[in-house]
Amino acid sequence: MNKEMDTRSVVAQLRDGMTIGVGGWGPRRKPMALIREILRSDLKDLTVVAYGGPEIGMLCASGKARKLVYGFVSLDAIPIEPYFRKAREAGAVDVDELDEGLLLLGLQAAGQQLPFLPTRVGLGSDVMTYNPYLKTVRSPYEDGEELLAMKAIRLDAALIHVSRSDRLGNTQTDGPDPYFDTLFARAADRVFVTAEEVVDRIDISHPHLAKNNLFERSLVTGVVSAPLGAHPTTSHDSYGWDMAHLRAYGTSASEEGGWKRYFDEFIAGGEESYFDRVGGRAHVSALPIPAF
Amino acid sequence: MTNANDFSLAELVIVAAAEAWRGDGEMLATGIGPLPRIAAGLAKLTFAPGLMLTDGEAYTVEEPIPLGPRGDRPLRPSGWMPYSRIFDSVWSGKRHAMVTPVQVDRFAQANISALGDFRKPKVQMLGVRGFPGNSVCHKNSMFLPSHSKRTFTEAEVDVVASVGHNPSRWPLNANRKPVDIGIIVTNLCVFDYNGPDHAAQVLSLHPGVSFEEVQAQTGFTLLRGPNMHVSAAPTEEQLAIIRHLDPGEIRTSVIKGNPPGQKAA
Repeated sequence: MNKEMDTRSVVAQLRDGMTIGVGGWGPRRKPMALIREILRSDLKDLTVVAYGGPEIGMLCASGKARKLVYGFVSLDAIPIEPYFRKAREAGAVDVDELDEGLLLLGLQAAGQQLPFLPTRVGLGSDVMTYNPYLKTVRSPYEDGEELLAMKAIRLDAALIHVSRSDRLGNTQTDGPDPYFDTLFARAADRVFVTAEEVVDRIDISHPHLAKNNLFERSLVTGVVSAPLGAHPTTSHDSYGWDMAHLRAYGTSASEEGGWKRYFDEFIAGGEESYFDRVGGRAHVSALPIPAF
Repeated sequence: MTNANDFSLAELVIVAAAEAWRGDGEMLATGIGPLPRIAAGLAKLTFAPGLMLTDGEAYTVEEPIPLGPRGDRPLRPSGWMPYSRIFDSVWSGKRHAMVTPVQVDRFAQANISALGDFRKPKVQMLGVRGFPGNSVCHKNSMFLPSHSKRTFTEAEVDVVASVGHNPSRWPLNANRKPVDIGIIVTNLCVFDYNGPDHAAQVLSLHPGVSFEEVQAQTGFTLLRGPNMHVSAAPTEEQLAIIRHLDPGEIRTSVIKGNPPGQKAA
């Protein structure tokens, strides 16, 4: 069994109109090598589900995202993702703006093969107004309480960046916070991971890191070797986000033809050209991980 | 303890904001933004030692982390608090956050999502983030650095991100336990929503600010709280802790012009 693939063969398995979940959190641990491959492809009409960072901005800027399902879309030091903001203010993209916890529950419901999970989160707020598909449900017990029934968010595919993987699809994710990658993996029909390193057998080379395994290999369809593939986002514990690059990218959103210039300069030429243009692999691997 | 003579409005606000957490016991205290974060640290280091704080990333800490670069100081986590456990904590109710919405209305409903029509907003802001869940599950206080009719709106906020005391927004059979709003601290005053029928009432006015001035800058009616007083000046001890928690003086950039705490006559 060997699940190793390249980014192009992953994108070849995706279809127009699919619902794609992206792991990570804001500018942290995003599978950007796969996102860039999507940007180079002719895929379109995607629904993107994420605790969003630059991947959502780029998929909006390129016109590939038809709909967004998000808890937020932020670059942290740049609180509102600039291309996301631009797309929203132009009314150019449909959105399900959810409470961060509702997104969690929607993915969890999908992973548990349930139609919904009940919660009080969202009641009384405009989340109910602007997501009119959300319904309530009455508790069948004595309390009779009316709760929000958070609908399952089923994903056609999830794209997740991990620290390492083996060819069987066993993965490990280093760093202080797993975020909700586990839930994205469980909610998806197919999971494609990009990995800082691909090893033959993780049980032989890294058995001491087994607690860093977030989801079982049976969920994983494909594994892509993508060292530094989360750039310009952080990949714990390897390298930090590239705030200078993210700022330049963000500035391009307010310039006429800014996205086309960004795409042509960094993305169009493929991944090796990408790393040359962003300052070289040595530069990226030395980016400090921010502390708070 | 002696009251300081020379202090900034930001420092007075920090001292007033710290009071939000008095009596909270072992609550997770989350101050979002520089002044609320310093305030939570000040509360923990003075009168609320039971509070739990985080490093803002994934760990709980027993000593508040000063703002700015960490330098060589090692992180000393007391526990692990990844986002999944933040949600567990939120939903259990054992958290008290202080947040900075862009708009707040007479119901204490607050907006960080968007300005204008949500479907095609004039200004896309942060999105609702965790506000809907936070507001139905745990106590929330607020800090607003610029008290005006634009921030404290006459009409309802453009997007209700965090819920307040507005019964018309709730499903008929929901468990409507009262929403837990703490204090609202601004550059002019401190108020709460504990007047009759959850009316907004001023608890204290910052030195040199009149009730009429606050009312004129607020889009909804304010009441004078029963013990309305002048907000307390920081003590030298409190100022020393504030300087320790904010060595890079990030607090000077929060309130426009970084005015002194004692308003010029």
